[in-house]
Amino acid sequence: MTTTYELSDLDQIEAESIHIFREVAAEFERPCLLFSGGKDSIVMLRLAEKSYSPASLPFPVMHVDTGHNFPEVLEFRDRRIAEVGARLVVASVQQSIDEGRVTEETGPRASRNRLQTTTLLDAVGEHRFDALFGGARRDEEKARAKERVYSFRDEFGQWDPKKQRPELWNLYNGRIRRGEHIRVFPISNWTELDIWEYIRREGIEIPSIYLAHERPVFERDGMWLADSDHVTRMDGEEVVTRRVRYRTVGDMSCTGAVESTAATLDEVIAEIGATRITERGATRADDRVSEAAMEDRKKEGYF
Amino acid sequence: MELLRFATAGSVDDGKSTLIGRLLYDTKQIFQDQLEAIERTSLQMGNEYTNLALLTDGLRAEREQGITIDVAYRYFATPKRKFIIADTPGHIQYTRNMVTGASTADLALVLVDARNGVVEQSRRHAFLAALLRIPHLVVCVNKLDLVGYGQEAFEKVKAEFREFAMKLDIADLTFIPVSALHGDNIVDRSPNTPWYEGASLLHHLEEVHIASDRNLVDARFPVQYVIRPQSDEHHDYRGYAGTIVGGVFKPGDEVMVLPSGFTSTIASVDTFEGPVDEAFPPMAVTIRLTDDIDLSRGDMICRPGNQPTVSQDVQAMVCWLTEASKLTSRAKLAIKHTTKVARVMVTDLQYRLDINTLHRDESAEALVLNEIGRVSLRCTQPLFFDEYRRNRATGSFVLIDETTNATVAAGMIIGAGA
Ligand SMILES: Nc1nc2c(ncn2[C@@H]2O[C@H](COP(=O)(O)OP(=O)(O)OP(=O)(O)O)[C@@H](O)[C@H]2O)c(=O)[nH]1
Ligand SMILES: [Mg+2]
Repeated sequence: MTTTYELSDLDQIEAESIHIFREVAAEFERPCLLFSGGKDSIVMLRLAEKSYSPASLPFPVMHVDTGHNFPEVLEFRDRRIAEVGARLVVASVQQSIDEGRVTEETGPRASRNRLQTTTLLDAVGEHRFDALFGGARRDEEKARAKERVYSFRDEFGQWDPKKQRPELWNLYNGRIRRGEHIRVFPISNWTELDIWEYIRREGIEIPSIYLAHERPVFERDGMWLADSDHVTRMDGEEVVTRRVRYRTVGDMSCTGAVESTAATLDEVIAEIGATRITERGATRADDRVSEAAMEDRKKEGYF
Repeated sequence: MELLRFATAGSVDDGKSTLIGRLLYDTKQIFQDQLEAIERTSLQMGNEYTNLALLTDGLRAEREQGITIDVAYRYFATPKRKFIIADTPGHIQYTRNMVTGASTADLALVLVDARNGVVEQSRRHAFLAALLRIPHLVVCVNKLDLVGYGQEAFEKVKAEFREFAMKLDIADLTFIPVSALHGDNIVDRSPNTPWYEGASLLHHLEEVHIASDRNLVDARFPVQYVIRPQSDEHHDYRGYAGTIVGGVFKPGDEVMVLPSGFTSTIASVDTFEGPVDEAFPPMAVTIRLTDDIDLSRGDMICRPGNQPTVSQDVQAMVCWLTEASKLTSRAKLAIKHTTKVARVMVTDLQYRLDINTLHRDESAEALVLNEIGRVSLRCTQPLFFDEYRRNRATGSFVLIDETTNATVAAGMIIGAGA
C-alpha cells in the first residue's frame, strides 16, 4: 500500500480547530465555550470533546439565554451537555432586564438581540472568564470575514477592527491584562457547507428544527417568523402553516425559517449546495438593520 | 478534496480586491443577497458599475476610504479544489495585515498595475512572500484594459519583475495578464489577449502542484497540552497532545524528547476516534510513550537520529510590525516559538534590508514599522528549531511587547549562533 499522507479538506480544518482549542486550554486560566444549541455550537462542542479526549472539557459551557428560545433547542442543549459531562452556565437576558441592567425594547419589532451583549459581558466579568470560544465563521458575514482567530477585547468587551493584532502562522498571542479577554474562533475557516458535511460525517445529533417540519408562521420582511408568545404580530400578518426548516438558530423573535422539504441531512446538504442566499441574509432580521449592523454590534462586544 | 490557501499582494489600488471579487463572481460563488447589497452600496457611492471589491472590503472605514485595511478571508470551491483566500491590504501602513494573511498561504497572487509597472510596494510584497517562503508566486499583470490589451506592457512588467525576483529565492514564478475589472483571463482565457498562451488564473489555481510542499522527513512534535483525565476509568492515562509539524509518527517508533534528551518509544498515537497507525502533518493527535518521563508544554518529541537545533542563540530575519516602538539592540521581548513562550534579548541588529535594492545597511541602529532586518537573539531558554526554509512551523516565531502585549515582530530563523 502506498500512502500519500494527504488529509482531506475537512480533516485539515478539523486539525486546525483542535490545535486552537488546545492552545487556549494550555494558555488561559478561565476559558469558557459559548453554546447556543445551533449547528456551529454543536460542531464546536464536538471539536472540544475531541481536543481533550479522553479527559472531559477543561472549561464550562455558557448559554446566553434570551428567554426567547425554541423549546426543541433548549431540550437538546441540556441533553447534549449532559452527555458530554460539561458544566453549564446560563447567562439570562431576562435577569439583566429584571435587574435593570438593560431595558427591554417594545413594539412588534422588539428584539433581545442587542441586549445579549450586556448579559454576556456581565457574565464574563462575574466569572472572570479570560477566553470565550465562539462559533463564528468568517464566511457568515463581511465583518466576521475580517476577524482574527484570537480576537482581542478590551475591558469594555469592545472589538476594534482597526487595531487587530497581527496573527502569523498558528502562533496566537493570547496575552491580556486583567479585565480584558480574548474571543477565540476555532471554526473561523469553516463554511456553512463544511459544518453540514461534518455533522453528517460525524453523525452528530442536531435539534429537530434544522430539518423540514410543519410550523405556524407569518411573513415579515420576506422571512417566515415562527408564531410564538415572544413576537407580537402586526396588522395584516396572518398565521399560516408551512413546511419549513431553519438555517441558523437564534432568538425566536428574529430568526426566520426557510420553506423547505429537506427532512434528512442529505437533503439539507443538497439544498444548501444549491441555495443562492446566504444563511444570515435569508434568516436574520438582526443583520438587516443596516449594512454595517454586524460590525457595529461587534464593536460593542457582541459575539 | 485538496485545499489551497492563497493570499493577494501588491501595491495599493492595483486591483487585489477587485480580482478576488471577480474570481468569486465569475465562479458563481456570490449569493444573491450579497450581490444586491454591493449593488446598492456601489450606487450610493456613485460608482458607475458594481464594485466587486466591496465583496471583501466589508468594514465601514474601508468603504469610506476605498481601500483595504485588514485581511478578509473568503472561501470557495470548484469541482477540483477548495480555496481559502486572504485578500490583504496594499497600503504600506497595513503591511502587518498583509503578512498576517500571507503567513499561512501556499500561493501568493501579486498584482501589478500594467500602467505603473513594478513599484516599491510590489517589490516589498514580493520580497515578503519570498521571505515567508510562500512556495508559489503568481504575478497578475492587471488593468490590461487600460493599456489596450497590449503584449508589450505585459512583457515589460514581466521583465522588470523577473529582474527583481532573480535576487529572491522564489521556487515557482508564473505571470498572467489580466483585467480584474472585466474578467479577462480570470476564469477563462480571454479573446482580448490572443498572444497569451498560458492558463487562466483559475485554471492555474486548480492545477498548481502543492502536495510536495510539506516536510515529511524531519519528525517534529511540539508538545502543546498534557492530557491527564481526572476520572477512574482513565486514571493512568497520560497523553501529549499537539499538532504534527514534520515527519511521520507511528506506534513503536523510537523517539527522543527535548530538552531532557531521554529516549522512549511511542506506545500509541491517539485520537478521539481511537488509536491510528500513523500521523503526519498537519494532524492534531495525542501521543503516549512507553516510559513515564518528564515532558510538558513547550517540549518537543523528535527522533534520536534527526533532531532540531537546540540553542539559546538564534539568528533570524525579522519584520517589525508596530509604529509604537522600534527594534534596537538590547531590547527585551517575549517570544512565542512553536508551543514555547520565553523571553529574548536582541543582542545584535546586524543589518537592515533596503527593500528596493536589497542592500544591507549594517550601520542601522533600529528597525521601525515595516522594516526588515537580520538580528541575533539570546533566549532565556533553549529553543528547538529548524531553519525556516526547512520547516515553516519550527522555524517561525513572533515577538510580543511585554508591556503593551502587542505582537510586534514576525521572525524567521536562519540558524543558531550569536
Ligand atoms: N480599468 C481597470 N480598473 C481596475 C482593474 N482592477 C481594479 N481596478 C480599479 O482599481 C481601483 C482599485 O481596486 P481595488 O481592487 O480596490 O485595489 P486593491 O489592490 O484591492 O487596493 P488595496 O486593497 O487598498 O491595496 C478600483 O477603482 C478598481 O475598480 C482593472 O483590471 N481595470
Ligand atoms: Mg483591496
